[in-house]
Formats: sequence, structure tokens, C-alpha cells
Amino acid sequence: MERTIRGRASIAGIGETTYYHRGESPDPEFVLVVKAVLDACADAGIEPHEVDGFASYSNDRNTGARLAAALDLPELRFCNMFWGGGGGGAAGAVTNAAMAVACGLADCVVAYRGLAQGQFGRFGQGGRSSTISGEYAYTVPYGVMSPAQVYAMRTTRLMHEHGIDRSTLRAVALACYHHAQNNPRAVMCGRPLDEATYDEARWIVEPFRLYDCCLENDGAAAMIVVSPERARELAKPTVVVLGAAEGSPRRAGATVHNQPDYATSSFKDSARRMYDMAGLKPRDVDVVQSYENFTGGVVMSLIEHGLCTYEDANDVLTFDNLVAPDGRLPLNTSGGNLAECYMHGLGLHLEGVRQLRGESTNPVPGAEVCLVNAGPMVENASTILYGTEATL
Amino acid sequence: MSTSSSYLPPGLPAPVPARDGLDAPYWEAASQHRLVAQRCRSCRRWQWGPEWLCHRCHSFEVAFEAPPGPAVIYSWERPWHPVHPVLATHGPYIVALVELPEADGIRMVGNLVGDPTVAVSVGAEVVPHFEDHLDDDPPFTLVHWRFA
Repeated sequence: MERTIRGRASIAGIGETTYYHRGESPDPEFVLVVKAVLDACADAGIEPHEVDGFASYSNDRNTGARLAAALDLPELRFCNMFWGGGGGGAAGAVTNAAMAVACGLADCVVAYRGLAQGQFGRFGQGGRSSTISGEYAYTVPYGVMSPAQVYAMRTTRLMHEHGIDRSTLRAVALACYHHAQNNPRAVMCGRPLDEATYDEARWIVEPFRLYDCCLENDGAAAMIVVSPERARELAKPTVVVLGAAEGSPRRAGATVHNQPDYATSSFKDSARRMYDMAGLKPRDVDVVQSYENFTGGVVMSLIEHGLCTYEDANDVLTFDNLVAPDGRLPLNTSGGNLAECYMHGLGLHLEGVRQLRGESTNPVPGAEVCLVNAGPMVENASTILYGTEATL
Repeated sequence: MSTSSSYLPPGLPAPVPARDGLDAPYWEAASQHRLVAQRCRSCRRWQWGPEWLCHRCHSFEVAFEAPPGPAVIYSWERPWHPVHPVLATHGPYIVALVELPEADGIRMVGNLVGDPTVAVSVGAEVVPHFEDHLDDDPPFTLVHWRFA
């Protein structure tokens, strides 16, 4: 039997709450997650009691067991957490759900993520402890505390080794904000960004200015994974998993910034495995949702997914090429983590499904294959290819 | 050097040795103004950060020794936006990721002391700069870097 999940799992439904600025959710985090799950069930046209599994990432506080109890699910058959503290598990949670369905462990698994940073504290701030030990004792006392501070030096090194220009980072930010203007769900809808505003924005940590950095938001998102046979019984167009890969390169978990290949998104190996599973090449990708923690990570990801090269990245990754509908490589067509909402990257997957259903607010005409990745530069990353039924 | 002349203002989390004992020799050496890193007693190769075993030969006989050769800036960043209350009015500072090419290319993180607005270039040679916080409880010593 061929070892693959290609064509063996489908996305039946997508759901989300209103996306809020951080700290502004009227609901506790658990309620946000439940609402997103119910919204996804409604989108799929299934009864919530059909759900029999949950998969999440980044140590989501709202466990599958609690969700199953709150929803009184008849049975919980799959309850899964993807290791890794950042957003690197967004594609991985969907993939793990797909594996459970493909292998017969469960029939209807929800991949989900919820965040209420007002309730639980901000990502973008350092800790308040008086002492620190272990690996962070070698970074935090030197003022390396926030994610931007942890990942800026990888981007410095990318720019040094490969001559990536600041204008290339800027193009990523401008494309995301451009797409958000058509997306009423986007937190930054109505707040367009131009070159001068990007260039004049304050430094967060060189080489990142304000608009190189993702947002901090409250909300929740959910995605329902079922068998292709079940998906075909439902009203929405079927979106299938074509290929997926998880993991990290050699010693990505080495501490104190000692990963041997440093200026990497961690996708050099996994992207190849994903394309191989799908039987596709980078040129087959019609639209891409690439996780933005920071613009530099997106540039690394696009290169490592074969969508451009180190040599031509400055020429290929331009605003005109990155925007729908006519760009050569439409990127983050919802606005993504930079301008729609930082739902820890799961929103990018919802947008990937929308593109293939023809529901995006920035549609890419004729899109059949969408790449969605998660968590560049983090110690454990994941990436996935979705396709329309016609791609099987 | 006293706390009052520290590179970053006092009040950031202070480093303490891990409770499992893994890295106590590093912090002990730092307090004596000696820079050490891990070296395998079996294959004699260097590694950083601290591990319980040599990642190359899997020997558990790993010692802390003074690494050889120069130290050069491998990458760097200049934080401006404060993410901790004691940095709220501080302004920019420089973090250096330093490579030790003759110690199997291990890397260490510290602040680049001196003018925080200086232009930094990858490849510049630096030397360790020890910053004592002896009046703190518990006392500790940070290992910064400055241009050679």
C-alpha cells in the first residue's frame, strides 16, 4: 500500500470568530474556540455531534477533551497536539487530522487554534520573572525576549548571505496589506499601507520595522477534516489534501542559535517531501499562503519551497507579482498574519480553502493548487498542499 | 564592573544555573571571567549550547573548556521596541550572535558593548567582555562582546 495521505482526506468546513485586536475579545478563549468549531460545522453542513477528533498546536490551552465534553460529543477518537511552541504546527495540525482520517482512527477531526492575549498575556512581550535558567539564560538577560528579537538575526544573516534587499521584505508586507483591504474580516481592512509608510515606520528590532512583524490578535479558527467520500456528500466544493510534510532540519532544536543551517525557514527538506507526495512541482502552485511571523521568514519560505531562488528573489518577489488576481505568485490573499489576523497561522489555511472553493475576497482565477505553510524559522515547521477535486 | 554601569538596565531576568546541574560550570567560569564551552572528552569536538551528551559521538563525557581561536560576528540585531518595563526608556541596544570558527563554529549570544548606534558588520572580530552583577541576589556575570 502506498504510504501517502494524497487524496485521502478533505476539508469539509472552515470556521472562525470575529478577529479582534489583542485584548479586545468579549469572549474568553475557550468560548472563542467553541464558536469557531460550531461555525466550521455550520459551514460544512454537519451536526457538531459528528466531530470525533481534535488536533491543535502550540500547546493550545483549550484541550480536545474539554471541547468534547462541552459539546457532549458521543466519543473522542483522536486528540492530538503538534510539538513546537510557535505557529509551526498550523499545517501540522491539519495534517495530523488528515492522517487520523486517512488511517481510519477517526472520521471527522477538527484542527483548531484559539488565542485571547488579553486573557493570557501577549506574545510580543518578555517574561517578568526575576531569574531565568536553561537555554533562555543565554539570551533573555541580553534582551532577546520577544519572537521578533529571537528571529531577527536569522533575517540579518539571510540578507548578508544572499543579498536579499529590504525592498523584497517590503513587497511581502505591501501585498498582505493590499489583500486585506478587500477582506472585511481583516483587522487591517481600511488601513492601507504604502511604501513610504513602511519605510518610515519605527524599528521594532533591526532589520524589522513595524510592518515586517505580524499582528497580535484575539480570536479562533477551525477547520474540519473528513474523508473525501464524506466531503462529496456535503454542499461545499471539495478541497483535498494533496501533500504534506512536517519537521525540521538537522539540529533545528540546538539551543542558543546553534542550528547549523541558520538562515533557513526549515523547509528545505520538508517542501521537497510535500511536493513528492503530491506528485507536483513548485510551478504547479497557483496561489500561496505563507506564514508571516516576520517578512524575512516569508522570503526564506518562498525560496525553500522552490517558488523563486536566492538569486532571483529580489526580482520575483515584487508587489506586482505577489498580488491577486494577476500576479505571478499571489501571496497571502486574505492579508495573512500581517494584516488579516494573527490566528497563529490557521487563518492562512482557511484562506487556502476559500481560494479553491472560489470564495476568497481576492480570488485567483482558476486556482487549483494552493500551498499553505506554517512557522518559518521555528524549531518544528509544517507545510501542506491543498487542491480542488479536479487535481486528483 | 558594577551593576550601575551594566550595558542594559538592571531588572531583567538574571541567569541562574539550571536546576538539573547541566550548565553550572559555565556560570561558575563566567564569574571568574573565563569563557568556556562544551568539549567532548571522547571525540574532542566542541558544541554549544549545553547538552548532556556529545551530539556527534554520543559520549556522555562532556567537559567545559576554554574554546580556542578568534570570535567573529555571525549575525546581529538592534532591538528598539522595548518588551520589558526596565527597557521602556532605554533606547536601542545591540545583540551579537558570535561564531567561534576554530571551535567547530559554535555560536554564542551576548550584547555588543559600546555605542548602541554603531554600524555592525558580519565578520568583525570581537572578544569577550565580562559584566559582573555582584550586588544582585544571587550574583551573576554576563558574557558580552566588544570589538577586538
